[in-house]
Amino acid sequence: MLRYIQQRLVAAVITLFGITIIVFLMLHLLPGDPARVIAGLLATEEDVARLRTQLGLNQPLLVQYWDFLSHLLRGDLGVSARTAQPVLTEVMARLPATMELAIISTVLASFFGIVGGVIAATRRNSFIDYLISALTLFGASMPVYWLGLMLIILFAVQWRLLPAAGNDGPASFILPSLTLAAFSVALIARMTRSSMLEVLGHDYVRTARAKGMSERRVVFHHALKNAFIPVLTVIGLQFGALLGGAVLTESVFGWPGLGLLLLDSISARDYPTVQGVALVFATIFILLNVLVDILYAYLDPRIHYA
Amino acid sequence: MLNFNGAVHFERIQPALDIWRRFLRRRSAVLGLAILLTLIALSVAAPLLTSNDPEHQKLSQAMIAPSLQFPLGTDYLGRDMATRLLYGARWSLTIGFLAVTLGLAVGVPLGAVSGYYGGWTDLIIQRFADILLSFPGFLLALSLVAILGVGLQNVIISVGVSAIPSFIRLVRGSVLTIRHQTYVEAAHSVGVRDGRIILRHVMPNAMAPVIVQATLNLGTAILVAAGLGFLGLGVQSPTPEWGAMLGEGRSYIFSASYMATFPGIAIFLAVLGFNLMGDGLRDALDPRLRHL
Repeated sequence: MLRYIQQRLVAAVITLFGITIIVFLMLHLLPGDPARVIAGLLATEEDVARLRTQLGLNQPLLVQYWDFLSHLLRGDLGVSARTAQPVLTEVMARLPATMELAIISTVLASFFGIVGGVIAATRRNSFIDYLISALTLFGASMPVYWLGLMLIILFAVQWRLLPAAGNDGPASFILPSLTLAAFSVALIARMTRSSMLEVLGHDYVRTARAKGMSERRVVFHHALKNAFIPVLTVIGLQFGALLGGAVLTESVFGWPGLGLLLLDSISARDYPTVQGVALVFATIFILLNVLVDILYAYLDPRIHYA
Repeated sequence: MLNFNGAVHFERIQPALDIWRRFLRRRSAVLGLAILLTLIALSVAAPLLTSNDPEHQKLSQAMIAPSLQFPLGTDYLGRDMATRLLYGARWSLTIGFLAVTLGLAVGVPLGAVSGYYGGWTDLIIQRFADILLSFPGFLLALSLVAILGVGLQNVIISVGVSAIPSFIRLVRGSVLTIRHQTYVEAAHSVGVRDGRIILRHVMPNAMAPVIVQATLNLGTAILVAAGLGFLGLGVQSPTPEWGAMLGEGRSYIFSASYMATFPGIAIFLAVLGFNLMGDGLRDALDPRLRHL
């Protein structure tokens, strides 16, 4: 087990290292002279030249990468071209809003997904099973940004029940987190259903029933416990996917999180911030994956990892 | 190679028919296929169905709510929404198709080589896939567009590249199980070259899950491309791409909510079609997984 954790961590560090290379290269893959792109079209030649020296863009690529990496390890993500603030400060200011939204959505999606999946599996081929399957299919096919707009039209414009945008008070969480959760609910419900169906067919479930155990106990104590493991993986991966989906949801609801920061930085050509946000998103996602892998191994000791 | 044309012919026809029959037996899969064929037919027949120009602006008839003359209303520049949606199907479906083709063209060979050769080749390709996979879903395409810039070609590249890692993973997994089959060993021992073994013996047997994944990915690709369009980072105005239309409609949700409603329904239908068809294909290609 310890060896397995070690292996996962080593793989994660290698991936992180690869990501720093990709993110570093982002600036150099830009069409044209990166110094000119950052300085903007209105900047004078001298400004561009000064920026080039200041950012070290006249150094060989390897030297630049080493610089980038050593700054990174000291927690220095560079300076925003738009606000002249350190990128790390900007990111940290926006991170909590995105995390709150992602966590609330994950909790919502897990709850409704697991409940829906269990109901569908225990009432297999009934009307409610078909209904839940249809709903999950709809959820997986719907553009989240469109769902968000429709919710705004209904709840904020038509019925004036909830705020349309912003992050201010508990009521403002409802629409964005529902929007963000929709896709994940669908996936979690599907996974729960198929995992439960598989487990419910096993002999020990039949034995439990034959002993005269109540159906509720069979479902929750025997079946769900074992069916939960693959579901957990999906939940973990979905949390990461939610961070990606947060970009669109934050844009729809004007939610002041990392996603909106990324979009604003892209349109302002503030590449240091774009790099910083991409790096933070990827790092969180990788750490999450490692955590899920470890939890998986812990929950299912039958599996031996080579 | 030995050639038993008649026998091979017979054996290949039978499963294809079987698959088709199993596919037809599932009503939801047929519904998916019907949705997609309808969308394709409508987009091809667009010039016959409407005489309006999807990009023609007429400010005097801007923002007319759905009526007999304009069944889905007009947008803020007086363009007929129904016409734009019909022509938009061409853009959205083509973008999805080309992006997935790019993902397949790069991902499948990389996955096959990775699974077949193992060792260092495998390690390097897998780390590459890991890195691409660490930008969750939409973020990879978004970051790529941030670098490459907006526009049709860059959207296709960005969405296509973000589809690559899933194909690498999938094909590698299939190839790993096939590599040790007796018939591969047999081909090897009679001196067939590696490239030929991969192409002729391994890949045909690894294709079923790839076809399913590609169908489902078509839905995802359309969603992602439309998401970029929605943010104004995709195909640019005045091209009637569904996502961009939804993005334009977004500014008018307080006054003309239909402008955002209909493009979203169009995207939803296309993605739903691919999802239904992908599920149906999965069941048809692998009967063991049915009902799960």
